[in-house]
Amino acid sequence: MAPAVPRSGDAIFANVERVNAELFTLTYGAIVRQLLTDLEEVEEVNKQLDQMGYNIGIRLIDEFLAKSNVTRCVDFRETAEVIAKVGFKMFLGVTASVTNWDTAGTCCSLILEDNPLVDFVELPDTCQGLYYCNILSGVVRGALEMVSMKTEVTWVRDMLRGDDAFELQVKLLKQVPEEYPYKDDE
Amino acid sequence: MIGAGKMKQYTNVLDKPLSKGRQEVSLSGFAYLFSELVQYNQTQVDNIGELERRLEDAGYAVGVRVLELLCHREKGNRRETRLLGILSFVHSTVWKVLFGKVADSLEKGTEHEDEYMISEKELLVNRFISVPKDMGSFNCGAFVAGIVRGVLDNAGFPAVVTAHFVPVDGQQRPRTTILIKFAEEWLLITNRYYEEKQG
Repeated sequence: MAPAVPRSGDAIFANVERVNAELFTLTYGAIVRQLLTDLEEVEEVNKQLDQMGYNIGIRLIDEFLAKSNVTRCVDFRETAEVIAKVGFKMFLGVTASVTNWDTAGTCCSLILEDNPLVDFVELPDTCQGLYYCNILSGVVRGALEMVSMKTEVTWVRDMLRGDDAFELQVKLLKQVPEEYPYKDDE
Repeated sequence: MIGAGKMKQYTNVLDKPLSKGRQEVSLSGFAYLFSELVQYNQTQVDNIGELERRLEDAGYAVGVRVLELLCHREKGNRRETRLLGILSFVHSTVWKVLFGKVADSLEKGTEHEDEYMISEKELLVNRFISVPKDMGSFNCGAFVAGIVRGVLDNAGFPAVVTAHFVPVDGQQRPRTTILIKFAEEWLLITNRYYEEKQG
């Protein structure tokens, strides 16, 4: 059940400027290729992709909040729904679904059927340890950190490694209370 | 560590049907990604020339793939053999697919016979980029220059492609020109072909 957000993901996506997904896909491929040539170790590349994603995420959250007019999420469940339905749609043009909630409500999985990053991609045998879409985990982690949630984001299923979908596990570690620089008198 | 290959359960990527190319992502998503590309490369180089070269190399790889994709999808696998043909392919088809519009203009250089220029008022990749003064004439359009070079090289028209800012009166941001200088051997071939035709 989607929370009532003032603007749906589709509406926002229709209003933002868009570019061809293939340019996006090919540019991302060029980035991964450059990283593999420079760093050579797949673990290093995974870390670097996560770091790049983090840098994107901390800036992306501002644009997301500005354009989507979402109200403050009540709990982590709502947060995950908003990310899956509004966030992914707004930037990547695809929606994700949220499943596999644990009993405490702090850990869930975002399932992506369609992923514009991986069109035309096949992992060679020498790169089997590579999380090709690791930039996405960094983006989610960075964005959530800027709204006071410390999370751990990992890949559970990866289509490039032979699974049937992309599954990203988001685990809430800590909710850091916001600190105001001055007392809020209201 | 290099992982051992496990049994492949997915179909070969070449077996999947080719998409029509209508899927879109947000411009801001692409802009963030491109900015990370530039930022990463800035950490790997010491000077601007190298930075431009690295961006061009990244673009080259994109150009190679764009040529293959578009030749198959848009042109039914027909190969361009004439200079003007490939230039108009780049100027119209490639630009339309990648940036959503045809390039602003395609001109032949007046000073040299082998130079052509594709101009654009504001390159899509440069939309959200401002270059600090101490970086001189650095242009992130080097990425697009790389794409063009990739397309031309693999279509059989070797060339040196660079991106330049050209200030325009009455416009705050300068226009970007992609300068294409075809390799000498191509000109010799063209000239010989026309000589033989006349002879």
